[in-house]
Amino acid sequence: MKKILQFISKILKKVGHFLTHNWFIEISNKEIIWFHKFHQTITNRFRESIQGYAFISIWIFGFLTLTLYPLVTSIFYSINKVTITGGQGIQFEMVGFDNYVQIFTTDLDFMQYLQSFIGDIILQVPIILIISMLIAILLNQKIKLRGFFRSIYFLPVIIVSGPVINELLQQDAGSIPLIQELAVIETIEAALPAFLAEPITNLFSEIIIILWFSGVQIVLFLAGLQKIDGEIYEAAQIDGASPWESFWKITLPSLRPIILVSAVYTIVMLATFSTNSIIKHIQTLMFDTSRGYGYSAALSWVYFIVVAMILGIAVLLIAYQKKPKTKKVRG
Amino acid sequence: MTQKLKLINKHSLRRKLFGYKLTDGLVFQIMIYVLLVTIGFVYVYPLLHMVSFSFQSLEDLLNPMVSQVPTTFYLQNYVDAFTVLKYFETMGSSLAVTLLPAIMQTLIASLVGYGFARFEFPLKKTLLALVVATYIIPPQVTMIPKYVLFFNIGILETVWSIILPATLGQGLNSAIFILIFYQFYKMIPKVLDEAAQIDGASRIYTYFKIAIPLSIPSFITSFLFSFVWYWNETYISTLFLGSGVETLQMRLADFVSEYSSILGSSQAINYANEAVRMAATMLIIAPMLIVYFIMQRWFIEGIDRAGITGE
Repeated sequence: MKKILQFISKILKKVGHFLTHNWFIEISNKEIIWFHKFHQTITNRFRESIQGYAFISIWIFGFLTLTLYPLVTSIFYSINKVTITGGQGIQFEMVGFDNYVQIFTTDLDFMQYLQSFIGDIILQVPIILIISMLIAILLNQKIKLRGFFRSIYFLPVIIVSGPVINELLQQDAGSIPLIQELAVIETIEAALPAFLAEPITNLFSEIIIILWFSGVQIVLFLAGLQKIDGEIYEAAQIDGASPWESFWKITLPSLRPIILVSAVYTIVMLATFSTNSIIKHIQTLMFDTSRGYGYSAALSWVYFIVVAMILGIAVLLIAYQKKPKTKKVRG
Repeated sequence: MTQKLKLINKHSLRRKLFGYKLTDGLVFQIMIYVLLVTIGFVYVYPLLHMVSFSFQSLEDLLNPMVSQVPTTFYLQNYVDAFTVLKYFETMGSSLAVTLLPAIMQTLIASLVGYGFARFEFPLKKTLLALVVATYIIPPQVTMIPKYVLFFNIGILETVWSIILPATLGQGLNSAIFILIFYQFYKMIPKVLDEAAQIDGASRIYTYFKIAIPLSIPSFITSFLFSFVWYWNETYISTLFLGSGVETLQMRLADFVSEYSSILGSSQAINYANEAVRMAATMLIIAPMLIVYFIMQRWFIEGIDRAGITGE
């Protein structure tokens, strides 16, 4: 056994030596010689970057083949009419921006889905953020059983999946019985105009599902809260700040980075969760022969741009800070 | 004298109830617990509903008096759900498209995270930004070309269509795991690496002998999350696995048609169907619940420790 291993390592050494000492490239400790001609000295910096790239090379390869290449191809698809025939494989017919024009002129379903998606995001993201922050603040008080409550609130993260959520919604288990009994939804529908009432009633009928989406955010906020130094609050209290004031002046500003991370996480999660109607729409159209791949590629690009814009707006809203006015003192 | 005592008593009672500050009085404490328990109940309500529903026999379902707690411990729903899901057979393929990608994704994320954290190289900032970008791009955009690509190299409708992206660091939420490891390795002092190198260790050796042992907690957390997310993911797996590999989640998604084709349907059975579906849902989330209850602290403390929040 030992002999076999020694033999293998001998061969490996030979191969390694050949790879680093041949006519094409010759690598020694201090320099690289290309084609026996061009000398290149190896600096520590150069070595480090080669090693760094070696570590991430597998990701770079994956990025090029499974992200960048599909992205470019998808743009190409979106400006073509793609037909798949059994015998000849895939056929392309350049149609320019027809697919995109079609989306905005004829695909009423998509526009409607998109509208309700944007409405949902505008309503749900702040609610998820506020609820998870409130729960985190509750958990951050001096209480017993903190770990127990925390693990209950985190539990849904483990089990949410498209089919499971679907089953729950079909069973009306997505809402609290009390809400139905008190006829909250009917009251809202009667009191508000339709475009306002619809998202709000949706919200109530899916309140549990919305809560279920906030497990990760609660833990993020809790971690953030625990990093705030307690002495800051004491100092503020001595200066006469009420708890209300210290929430707005201390807690909220220090949580800003976490609000940002949570907002991005929430938006991406809502945008890619498999019960999302736009995603379903794109998938059904993929296998629809009359429109085909090209059209659904165009759809997904429109969707991507919308999501990116929402993310951009959210990041701007949260990260934007009024700079305090400071007087410049000329010295 | 008694009057004075009364006054003191009254005073201390008030102090006890409302505390010296806002947050340490008894009333406040009780309020917090009430709130926490209420919210907790809302959180677990669907689960409780599911459990109680799944144990109800047909009589219980039809009986309006029985709304939550079943009268008998009725297991037939679970037996039915077992047969319709083909639980054990499907479990195998479900684990194959869950465990293997999770393992590969964790290993690769660690390698890539180490590369980003420990080395200085040109374009590092840009590449890191691209890592984050891969998280934001909706999978729908790249899905169709990937579908064609996988078809061309012949791995469509096999387990490899899920494992390959995970191995190349482009799996489900890979970016998050890379960032977790990146953050973690940045926190380990560089001195350790340098000491090893002075003793003659190569970079790879340092990674295996120093970085990996120190980052075992990150490995566990990443693996668990990866495992859970892959288990719950249905959109991409439905597309890439098609009819080739069937997972439990996919069988749950078309449970109704499967149910009538396997067990036949009549009016009464249709009614019981809902209870059976709840039982099936329970069966599918059961493995995750077990994992969660055993490894619970790794899930939650993992997020704390991952330092995503520290950016």
